[in-house]
Amino acid sequence: MSELLEPAAETTGGDSGEIRQETMIINMGPQHPSTHGVLRLLLELDGETVVACKPVIGYLHTGIEKNVEYRTWQQGVTYVTRADYLAPFANELGYCLAVERLLGIEAPPRAQVLRVLFNELNRVSSHLVWLATSALELGAISVMLYGFREREVILDIFEAATGLRMNHAYVRVGGVVMDLPDGGDAQVRRFLDVMPGRISEYESILSENPIWVERNVGIGHLSAEDCLAYGVTGPMLRAAGVPADLRKDEPYSGYETYDFDVVTRTEADAYARFAVRVDEMRQSLRIAEQCLERLEEPGPVMVEDTKVGWPARLSVGPDGIGNDPAYIHHIMEESMEALIHHFKMVTEGVHVPPGEVYQTVESPRGELGFYVVSNGEHRPYRVKIRDPSFSNLQATAAMVEGGLVADAIAAIASIDPVMGGVDR
Amino acid sequence: MSPAELAERARARFEDVQLARDEVTVFTERGQLVDALAWLEAEPGLRFDFLSSVTATDWPGQEPRFWLSYELRSTEHHHRVRVKVGVPSSEPHVPSITPFLPAADWHEREVWDFYGIAFDGHPDLTRILLPDDWEGHPLRKDEELGGVDTRFHGAFIPPVDERTTM
Repeated sequence: MSELLEPAAETTGGDSGEIRQETMIINMGPQHPSTHGVLRLLLELDGETVVACKPVIGYLHTGIEKNVEYRTWQQGVTYVTRADYLAPFANELGYCLAVERLLGIEAPPRAQVLRVLFNELNRVSSHLVWLATSALELGAISVMLYGFREREVILDIFEAATGLRMNHAYVRVGGVVMDLPDGGDAQVRRFLDVMPGRISEYESILSENPIWVERNVGIGHLSAEDCLAYGVTGPMLRAAGVPADLRKDEPYSGYETYDFDVVTRTEADAYARFAVRVDEMRQSLRIAEQCLERLEEPGPVMVEDTKVGWPARLSVGPDGIGNDPAYIHHIMEESMEALIHHFKMVTEGVHVPPGEVYQTVESPRGELGFYVVSNGEHRPYRVKIRDPSFSNLQATAAMVEGGLVADAIAAIASIDPVMGGVDR
Repeated sequence: MSPAELAERARARFEDVQLARDEVTVFTERGQLVDALAWLEAEPGLRFDFLSSVTATDWPGQEPRFWLSYELRSTEHHHRVRVKVGVPSSEPHVPSITPFLPAADWHEREVWDFYGIAFDGHPDLTRILLPDDWEGHPLRKDEELGGVDTRFHGAFIPPVDERTTM
């Protein structure tokens, strides 16, 4: 009894008046609203200060790279699109460009314009999700509502054109799966007319908002040298003053023929990343405008070579997108050869010449690379996805350590990690 | 610099340089890997200052069984090179470059996780995407895709084709 009444030795400093000094380790995540999915952070805290931070990943690993090795080249698109789920078009494009380079083919001009159009709309929708969730984490709930409101308009365009809001499998080896539906360009036009005003609206809410400025300026600093050392790309690198954009540096899909600027800032903090992303949305709209002009020219959207192009045709019916009735009639009623060809292409697909390529595209988060190896078979030998979020997250500790735990939230939000891409 | 010029520059330093599909691949030995990357970074006109990716491929039945590939990029000159290193199955060890290039950290851990290639000198070579108690290295070609039973934290999950009693 008397033992219980004794004060525990370690909770007092005795008579000397010493203050207890020890750190606390807490887990943030993996189920935490502000870790953007299932990111887990092991934080060592000294009071409110982060002494050490270790990100733990893998909670969303789905074995995409292994699965792709067991599917045909064409089926690979449906797997890689699910990696970074906020940038499905970038995943599809990177993979298809890699396979096309191995095959030695190029998509028709109209397909390339459609690829650019959807990639840029995708960049806007991805940045909107980033803006919405980051603002929510810092307490700006109305911005969250606005961000998702505008993203919904973009998803409606995606749905009208591809049949799906996410995971579209729209970009295919040799082109895209189908042309814009009737009225699709008008739908994009309406969006392009409305969106610039909305972007200004976000800026008028946030740019000079004292709380937003206080929570972001000087937070999560990562210099250009540190970015390069940790493998950080995308808006984070551009916010540190490096004008690195693969659309300019290593152009693909005709990006060199579009007129747009690479947005940079020099402050290298969370606020600079916010500014870069907002301005990038404007640049993406500029590119989309130019795409619409080019789409006035009709043309094929898939390579003519029937040995490569996907045989099935899709069309929009009263119940949504499905197999084109005219095409079904052709293979089922008219042409035995067409049916045999369809069967061979769908079950076996293309054989890709042996070799390896590393193809990059500028995803909303940075350098998205596809290292694709073929041994000459009808399925990939190896597909490695170099996801930008994976590398960007490596810098978490450098950005967070030494700061306050509340600022860790803002710093991680400014990385814009998408765990589907990180864990693949 | 065009890929052909780049290959020519690299041939001055490396014996085995390949140019295919406008991509330059430099082959080197495990022991020379760190020196090779340092040279590629320091050489004026090349300046490969950015490591994009480290990954592996598995070729069972061949020797060396594994090939590591390091994708390098120059943020100054906007060109790329791939450095490849063969790793024998009898001794799957490679010197880690993480002490010099923090960008390689998680990539090397991923290669260890997926292929079981150890990076000597890595500060924290643990599994990264799979659970710590996972058995095997699943991207090796001799690991099957389906029908693998899973043991995780004491739970046993039978292969896909054995889960129903129908």
